[in-house]
Amino acid sequence: MSVKILSEKCIGCQTCIDSCPYGAIVMKDDKAVLTEACTFCGACESSCPASAIVVEREKTEEAQDISAYKGVWVFIEHRDGRIRNVSLELVGEGRKLAQELGEELSAVLIGDNVAEMSKELFASGADNVYLVEGSAFHNYSTDAYSIAFTYLIRKYLPSVILLGATNDGRDLGPRVSARLKTGLTADCTNLSIDPETRLVAWTRPAFGGNIMATIFCPDNRPQMGTVRPKVFKKPVPDYNRTGKIIREELAINEKDIRTKLIDVVKVCTFSCNLEDAEIIVSGGRGLGKPEGFRMVEELAQVLKGTVGSSRAAVDAGWMPYPHQVGQTGKTVAPKIYIACGISGAIQHLAGMQTSDVIIAINKDPDAPIFKVATYGIVGDVYEVVPALTAKFREILQ
Amino acid sequence: MEIVVCVKQVPDTTEVKIDPVTNTLVREGVPSIVNPFDKYALEMALQLRDKHGGKVTVISMGPPQAVAALRECIAMGADEAVLLSDRAFAGSDTLATSYTLSQAVRKMGNVDLVICGKQAIDGDTAQVGPEMAEHLGIGQLTYVSTIEFDGEKLIAHREQDEGYDVIEAKAPLVVTIIKLAMDPRLPTVKGTAKAYRMEVPVWTAADIAIDPKLAGLEGSPTLVKRIFTPERRGKGEIIQGDSKEAVDALVDKLRQAKIL
Repeated sequence: MSVKILSEKCIGCQTCIDSCPYGAIVMKDDKAVLTEACTFCGACESSCPASAIVVEREKTEEAQDISAYKGVWVFIEHRDGRIRNVSLELVGEGRKLAQELGEELSAVLIGDNVAEMSKELFASGADNVYLVEGSAFHNYSTDAYSIAFTYLIRKYLPSVILLGATNDGRDLGPRVSARLKTGLTADCTNLSIDPETRLVAWTRPAFGGNIMATIFCPDNRPQMGTVRPKVFKKPVPDYNRTGKIIREELAINEKDIRTKLIDVVKVCTFSCNLEDAEIIVSGGRGLGKPEGFRMVEELAQVLKGTVGSSRAAVDAGWMPYPHQVGQTGKTVAPKIYIACGISGAIQHLAGMQTSDVIIAINKDPDAPIFKVATYGIVGDVYEVVPALTAKFREILQ
Repeated sequence: MEIVVCVKQVPDTTEVKIDPVTNTLVREGVPSIVNPFDKYALEMALQLRDKHGGKVTVISMGPPQAVAALRECIAMGADEAVLLSDRAFAGSDTLATSYTLSQAVRKMGNVDLVICGKQAIDGDTAQVGPEMAEHLGIGQLTYVSTIEFDGEKLIAHREQDEGYDVIEAKAPLVVTIIKLAMDPRLPTVKGTAKAYRMEVPVWTAADIAIDPKLAGLEGSPTLVKRIFTPERRGKGEIIQGDSKEAVDALVDKLRQAKIL
């Protein structure tokens, strides 16, 4: 593997310099040259208008026979007997990818007494459901689920696998992809089929959302990715659709399960399932006191939304950590994000700036939150937020 | 308890600026820092060591200058450090990175816990920890905020959407750490002096028996096809008036935009 810049072809346009994620291209005598920082990632290749950048990829002798792999799979997450929204969103998006590839869409359903959920999966667009049931799968565990999932993949050879970028999806995905020695792209926000190669083009944010990268997995199968919740719409179910259930019996040896769930503790005073929320109302240090969150919760309740918090308010002990939005908290992208008394430190913006509509309320007109806000109101949160709550209550009744 | 902490030197993404003219990432002058989650991982390791004895070794895969990140960890109280650096590691995706790190852990032998930050703030993948566990053939606990050790088994809190799961497991394990309740400790004077004096060993591919097919670019199934800057949000609108007027105007605008 190597990357070369052919100096006789280089026209000195400097386009490649911006394409390099590692800052490894510099200009020397009006020609682009690679420095030691080059990691041979090849991102520059397509940027060059003069085809002066050549990436040579050596083929491994024992390349995988990738032609045997067919079909798009979605791993189904469920909790308390219900399929998680992100899994249904992915069934909808997986349907589109499968259609474009001319292949089938299958859902992978692992759990204890979960067969009933197949109906919802067929209605949402799955052609097949691969079903593994047993008491070993009652709760999610990395070991039991990765054994079952890997077994199915090795037996049925799918070409593409989507998982939700939830804590469990991001726990299982890398465990399984590493076992299969294949590529996994994390936390994608856009998926498409590359028309030229027929590969999945996995697009994801990096550098705290400052850049986007499109990733391919050319020579290994399955191509795997975790996908951020709320990026795709949940399909409208059609309960006339049916499909095929492929049931696999799998005995799990207890000694292979290395972790044991002892208890599930809910610490949220108000639902903090932020990744799934359509509307999030967040509070920050500008509230001045912990009681300020009552007002934030009230607005959230009226809007049937969820409560978020800035890091400052969590560090002050006003809200528990699961509510924290931002770089060291959760990344969210609801339809409406309302920031009450949040100044908008870049770490907070990294966690919410992809929301559809951002409404910011802050008394400081120079607060950075107004730079990303769709609508901003400069004023006292203790006046504006109750007024907003009253107004919404009035019109939503 | 023998603990290895994996750290990554990352650009401080909060210092990253976008060039308003070219709309590209400005890299010049962006400081390098220890990945913030890795500092929490180190804090967790140091607490376990302080309570139960043993040794904390920090490892990092990166270019020679990544040694600065390891020195910072020594200054905070880590006992030993190893830098994995070789041109053969260049271009690694998460699978190749986790393979390389796990080869180093294998070489150390007898490791009870490998602790990583949940993710690095430049790549944000959260994949290297679980992939290391698979390469090492041991169990994993991800998104962990607390660990109690009773001399035999570990009890950990694993973050979930609405709280946390309480999970019991036995070493050896790979654990990935979220933000802890306390801030990572600051470097001490003694630690800083030690970090300054210390010669940090550098292990190359040959030192950790790397199979070249599994490392670096060749061992990386994923390929970066394109990098681009996301569309910036349009400049927002400040709604004028007193609270009542502003709220009324806002609701009108939300209705007009068909958001409500």
